[in-house]
Amino acid sequence: MALRMWASSTANALKLSTSASRSALASPAFSLARSFSTVLEGFKYASSHEWVKHDGPDHLGEVVFVELPEEGKSVSQGNSFGAVESVKATSDINSPISGEVVEVNTKLSESPGLINSSPYEDGWMIKVKPSNPSELESLMGAKEYTKFCEEEDASH
Amino acid sequence: MAVSQTRNLGLPLINLLRLKGVPILQQLHLEERLLRTSSDNWCIINDGTIDPTIVMGISGKPQELLEIESILRDDIPVIRRFTGGGTVIVDQGTIFVTFICNKDAVPGLQSYPQPIMSWSSLLYKKVFQGIEISGFARMIDYASCTAVVLSDYVLGDRKFGGNAQSITKNRWVHHTSFLWDYEISNMGYLKLPKRAPEYRQARDHLEFICRMKDYISRSSFIDRTIEAVGSEFLLRSAELEDAHCTLGSKFEPSSRLLRKQELGEAIFKSLTASQS
Repeated sequence: MALRMWASSTANALKLSTSASRSALASPAFSLARSFSTVLEGFKYASSHEWVKHDGPDHLGEVVFVELPEEGKSVSQGNSFGAVESVKATSDINSPISGEVVEVNTKLSESPGLINSSPYEDGWMIKVKPSNPSELESLMGAKEYTKFCEEEDASH
Repeated sequence: MAVSQTRNLGLPLINLLRLKGVPILQQLHLEERLLRTSSDNWCIINDGTIDPTIVMGISGKPQELLEIESILRDDIPVIRRFTGGGTVIVDQGTIFVTFICNKDAVPGLQSYPQPIMSWSSLLYKKVFQGIEISGFARMIDYASCTAVVLSDYVLGDRKFGGNAQSITKNRWVHHTSFLWDYEISNMGYLKLPKRAPEYRQARDHLEFICRMKDYISRSSFIDRTIEAVGSEFLLRSAELEDAHCTLGSKFEPSSRLLRKQELGEAIFKSLTASQS
């Protein structure tokens, strides 16, 4: 199953659609919690708020380097599996689900900026075989996520 | 609403760890461990490091940034640190100040690079208030048409301090190396970086940097820094043993010394790149 998400810059909302089905799992509309900052294919979630172009500024800036795990490595929900470097800062990339890394996007070593320019297409990071599909239910839906982002930005 | 245990009198608690002459690799390992395994806020001040050492950011490529042959000839250690940013050569004349904080330690501060750099620039403004050093280089971010704090600390257009960060889900580290003094000859180990802020204008190192010692004494800078930190946090003096007690034993820091073989391979890479 791969879900594709993209942001509407004018409507400040997320739209979801499913691609051709690849799995027997149900495919509700959902996206990553704001604290997660990755695109996973296998389930192709929207990446975090910094890749969803709200009217506000881009929080991380231009990505200049990406550190990713090797194939076969395990990832677990909520924990870091890699890092991005931008504007003198490295930031953890946290996984929204647990599972095994089955593929890594090698294009990112030469072109880390794909994460900025093409987060939902060429800028994918890793493909994960999920070990616990019920984790998907803990992720937020599109409307809930949009509201979450707005509230978080408003509180600062 | 529960009140955080780390707050007292409205100010968040911070452990102040004062070090002197600790090797920079040891400092980086300590910082990374505290970032990943501690839940306290920390301010570490390391007054100088014993041996001249080159420290690159996480993505630094030696063949692009370093005069490797000279470095190998003179046996200068090269470290790749866990934070982003550029390359520095540090020694006894460098003063290090590091903040390791929970993301909710500073009220209203979002744990992203720009807000953290803005926050620290305001803190250091207090340190340098009334002293000639009072500039914080800014650049225009054309995408957002705003003046973005660059986080380089400058006198005029000469840099005397730079910083870098690492941000995790719930914590962040922001560390700065201040050029209180430096050896002119050491700067010869560093190439002009490809990626540099606009205000640098392709100047080589000696035309780009300046010494803090011409404007402030070592002890005064450290005392003022502690005072500035004390205006935002409740200070608790800590010893190195305290820091080690809180550390998880399984954690492996990622900052590391590059092997001579790796540096040799980097020379080969730069030679083949120039021939292609």
